[in-house]
Amino acid sequence: MKTKEMTNEQLKNRKIMKKVIKYAVCILVAMIMLFPMYWLFTTSFKTATNVAKYPPQWWPNPWTLANYEELFMKRPFIKYLWNSVYIAALMTGGVIVFSALAGYAFAKIKFKGSNLMFLIILCGMMMPIEVTIIPIYTALSGLKLADSHIGLILCPMFGYCGAFGTFLMRQYFLTVPTELIEAGKIDGASQPLIFTKILLPMAISSISTLVIFSFLQSWNDYLLPLVLLSDSTKFTLPLGLSLLSNEDGMKWELVMAAATFSTVPILIVFYMCQQKFMESLSMSGLKG
Amino acid sequence: MEKITKTAGKRRPLEYRDSKWGYLFIMPMLIGFLIITVLPIIATFVYSTTNKNMMSRTTDFIGLGNYIKLFGDKIFQSTMLQTLEFTVLLLPSNLILTLALAALLKDKFKGCGFFRTAVFTPVVTSVVVWGVLWKYIFQTDNGLVNAFLKMIGIQGPQWLMNVDLAIPVAVFVTLVKGLGMNMVIFIGAMLDVPQDYYEASSLDGATKMKQFLHITLPNIAPSIFLVLILTTIGSLKVFGQIKALTEGGPGTSSYVMVYYIYQQAFENYRFGYASAASVILFLMIVALTLFQWNTRKRWIHYEN
Repeated sequence: MKTKEMTNEQLKNRKIMKKVIKYAVCILVAMIMLFPMYWLFTTSFKTATNVAKYPPQWWPNPWTLANYEELFMKRPFIKYLWNSVYIAALMTGGVIVFSALAGYAFAKIKFKGSNLMFLIILCGMMMPIEVTIIPIYTALSGLKLADSHIGLILCPMFGYCGAFGTFLMRQYFLTVPTELIEAGKIDGASQPLIFTKILLPMAISSISTLVIFSFLQSWNDYLLPLVLLSDSTKFTLPLGLSLLSNEDGMKWELVMAAATFSTVPILIVFYMCQQKFMESLSMSGLKG
Repeated sequence: MEKITKTAGKRRPLEYRDSKWGYLFIMPMLIGFLIITVLPIIATFVYSTTNKNMMSRTTDFIGLGNYIKLFGDKIFQSTMLQTLEFTVLLLPSNLILTLALAALLKDKFKGCGFFRTAVFTPVVTSVVVWGVLWKYIFQTDNGLVNAFLKMIGIQGPQWLMNVDLAIPVAVFVTLVKGLGMNMVIFIGAMLDVPQDYYEASSLDGATKMKQFLHITLPNIAPSIFLVLILTTIGSLKVFGQIKALTEGGPGTSSYVMVYYIYQQAFENYRFGYASAASVILFLMIVALTLFQWNTRKRWIHYEN
């Protein structure tokens, strides 16, 4: 860029024009992307009569909290929130522990059959839950566990999330110099000690990527809870929301409040660490 | 990469101890994985050869009966066609828009972070929230889209209740949700293209457009290929949007593969029959994955 001579006034003008057009396009794109979210949030604060108004009311007047009041007082959305949070937390915790262990072993420990086992798990990244959901349902209902949260925690943990986690952790541990581990061994440290004291603290960046990926997967999971859960007190947020939107005499302002309520927590985290979010999801390219 | 066999003879006892830890470390993941992912895949294949039904409680071996029935099933045929329509509509529009967005937002400029974040926001929302929100926007009466059309004097169509419009609307909704994801992949790839290529060509007087076509595109070809395969697999698996937007309707006009499987298995309880459809989905995904396998090396290095 610097090599270009800017002696010419016209050239300068053209550059400014280009910049203006670029920003105009960017702003237009941002508006298209963010407007639905704006509409979601504002509708959730409108009264029923104002939701039905034509032309549409662009800004809630008056603002009302009645929709949220109904969600929390008359409907078990606080319970759904808790279910979603603890399922996602347990699932994520399991993914971190088991895939860090496995990823380290695949990257840095020699043992027979490791390549084959890694290949099996790698294939799992491609296997969508959609294909295995019928046997999973029959097995869990045979064990009388279908209508519980166990399936929602274990299936992603030892399915695509776990497989992706193992792959990601292995890729990271491959970049760690083997000398570091050798040094630990010479000092007499055992493998578990080397793993927990030396390697795990180094992998914190990959681990946080995996935390984001797994938590989001679990938080937004829909098919699995839809198929497994039938007791409405056990629902997760997406399932509670879809139930609400299928009710007879469904109220849009209430549905939008529920949608807002289940989106805001994840959006806050996203806006706080969006760089990491984008990185972790684009790396995972494998998710569908 | 992982074949390290150089010091084989030297540290036998240490290595023996190591391999014990190796097995121990992978054991939880491997066993869990075999039980929760591998076993169900095998079970899906087995189920697909039976008439397993949760209502009549039968489980008899019927060979390829389900597959024969499936291919004769008019609804399944149209389900396949609609899945194809979905994929064909989504793929080119997604590719063109994400490439354009990546080219627009790849360089650092004031506010580029904000714009990237804006495009990425829908990726983070759940399919149910996204689907329900757009169902509201595309409502016939009172929906935002039709309100706009009404303002300029057009009577809007019944978007979600129209046989010809249900799939295109679902494609649009999926498209907007997924743009950020592929854009970020493309930005990563574009930033990996050596800067000297551009400098050299701009000395030769190449325009931005020419540079994009002759330098950027060929250099990010592996990523484009990856994105195409992933987007195809994604559209074969589409479910949540359809469930939230149309429930497969009107009639069966927006049935797609997973919706059909869901409906047959968990509304009609025809587990054997639905398993056969799952196997077909499985085979399509495996075929696409194997197809992608050739370029695997090229994108793995990008991930680091």
